Amino acid sequence: MAKLLKNREILLVFAIIALVFLIALRFPGFVEPANLARVYNDTSILIILALGQMAVILTRCIDLSMAANLALSGIVAAMINAAFPGVPIPLLILAVVGLGAVLGSINGLLVWKLDIPPIVVTLGTLTIFRGSIFLLSNGAWINAHQMSDAFKALPRASFAGFAVLSWLSVMAIIAVYLLMTRTPIGRAFFAVGGNPHAAVYTGIDVGRTRFLAYCLSGALAGLAGYLWVSRYAVAYVDIAAGFELDIIAACVIGGISIAGGIGSVGGAVLGSLFLGVIKNALPVINISPFAQLAISGTVIIIAVAVNARTESRKGRVILKKAEAV
Amino acid sequence: MAEQHLSPRLIPDRLQSRSSRMLKSWESLLLVVAILIFALNSFASPYFLDPWNLSDATFNFTEKALIAFAMALVIISGEIDLSVASIIALSSTAMGLAVTMGADTPVLVLVGLGTGLFCGMVNGLLITGLGLPSIVVTIGTMSLFRGLSFIILGDKAYTGYPESFAFFGQGYVWWVFSFELALFAVCAVVFGVLLHKTNFGRTVYAIGNNQTAALFSGVRVGRVKFILFLLTGLMAGIASICLTSRLGSTRPSIALGVELEVVTMVVLGGVSILGGSGTIPGVVLAAFIMGMVTFGFGLLNVPGIVMSIFIGALLISVIALPILWSRARRRMAQ
Repeated sequence: MAKLLKNREILLVFAIIALVFLIALRFPGFVEPANLARVYNDTSILIILALGQMAVILTRCIDLSMAANLALSGIVAAMINAAFPGVPIPLLILAVVGLGAVLGSINGLLVWKLDIPPIVVTLGTLTIFRGSIFLLSNGAWINAHQMSDAFKALPRASFAGFAVLSWLSVMAIIAVYLLMTRTPIGRAFFAVGGNPHAAVYTGIDVGRTRFLAYCLSGALAGLAGYLWVSRYAVAYVDIAAGFELDIIAACVIGGISIAGGIGSVGGAVLGSLFLGVIKNALPVINISPFAQLAISGTVIIIAVAVNARTESRKGRVILKKAEAV
Repeated sequence: MAEQHLSPRLIPDRLQSRSSRMLKSWESLLLVVAILIFALNSFASPYFLDPWNLSDATFNFTEKALIAFAMALVIISGEIDLSVASIIALSSTAMGLAVTMGADTPVLVLVGLGTGLFCGMVNGLLITGLGLPSIVVTIGTMSLFRGLSFIILGDKAYTGYPESFAFFGQGYVWWVFSFELALFAVCAVVFGVLLHKTNFGRTVYAIGNNQTAALFSGVRVGRVKFILFLLTGLMAGIASICLTSRLGSTRPSIALGVELEVVTMVVLGGVSILGGSGTIPGVVLAAFIMGMVTFGFGLLNVPGIVMSIFIGALLISVIALPILWSRARRRMAQ
């Protein structure tokens, strides 16, 4: 039982259930299956993004440019759709994922080839991506009537009772889970973050691994860009502004160590769901949406404090054993 | 200024002369760039050289530079503070709240400084008290502090600051020299002396170069870092007073994204983002350069968001160029 409680994912599941239960005490409608499905659907984009951020954070880097990448990819998707409504949507999605990966690879190359600290690189590309949107669109909005019906319909379409948006996030979770646990590159993400020097001695190219992590986060941001723009049916310079903090918050809450090497797909998903439940519950329990930023900030700080405590305790136990011997 | 040349990698058989060292330094390169931009601007626009115009141009950088001085110390010690723009917002909101309660200028200044100090204390306690990484903590407090302003203000704005409060952002000390410019000059000297001429400054370098070694040499690492975050909060509070006084109003989105410009200014000034080296004169020159570039762009009617592309590219390239340069030189030497 004690071991079970120490498991991060199980703790989070309990926390989420407790949270939902508390809300349900006053608003029973919140726990209706249809509403829970809606909450999950609303969190899908955050989950997709958190999966990419997780890979980057595992390698001891950080990607602050994800939201800007999402916005740039999203607006490009909308502009292509507005100019050439005939382009089939699957092709468009593929193009946008590719564009996101290319934008991510810029971060990756700067980190890999020039050894610039990741935070500086992504702070810089964040503003460059946002500025490029302005240059591309001249600050104009792309509204619902300029997008084709097929473009807007895909995330909303229903399949086996759930929206396609939800299914896409489930597919992303499974794909990233397989990548993390069943492939050499997934192991390399953990190895590079856990101990970069040891990783080099086992034949892993640290820089290349980080580059690939950025490509993954970029590709997922590109996918999220299409989903965001088509779901909300509007594209402008400031879409998803500040969302990079939510993504990092989801990862930190999910127990992904900012020092690298520790984390799991389950953690990223549960961390996102935790934030998603809070976000959807705020209007229900009558708290001003303006409070959301402060709540995210508080949750980040609490989560990182809890992470630091569990991580440091591990070290102490080993020392005590050594003394006993 | 000699500390940064004591890196363990290069130990020449004799020291370079003081003059040749100064010629090759990052600061002299910045000086050349500053003079070039100044010359370009005065060619590009006939209005640039007007003393009042130049005086207006200084407002582009004075507030950010005030924070950049403290941020330089934080970054030299190997930490970072991304919450400064949010501290400006919270201080400004607190001052606006005080105005609605009928506070006068001296009280407003105290409220602004106090809020800044308090925010710095929160950062410092979380980072040194609990030993958390400063980048995550300040990302967290960045949304917490601005979130608090949003809770207090919502979509409203505070105006109605007293007339005497306008002096800090709009007043002039003598002829074209504004209060902000004078404050900038005083703070430059104070921080320059603090970093380069006192024991405290030396401990900041020591921590940035090797925190463990500094700890074993008797430096109270935690306390020094705590003071640095406190100082950054205080400077953000001062900047908030100047900015609020200059704008005459407070919105929760005030100073959005300023943290990026402050970090860019510090890095452009030659402070290593990995900690351990950098100088205050470098930051002063970087402040002048960034201020004049934005002012020049403004004269050429370039929109603000395009300027932000430039600042982002500048941030990356000032770090990338020295790396590429040293690689190219090594390749030539082989």
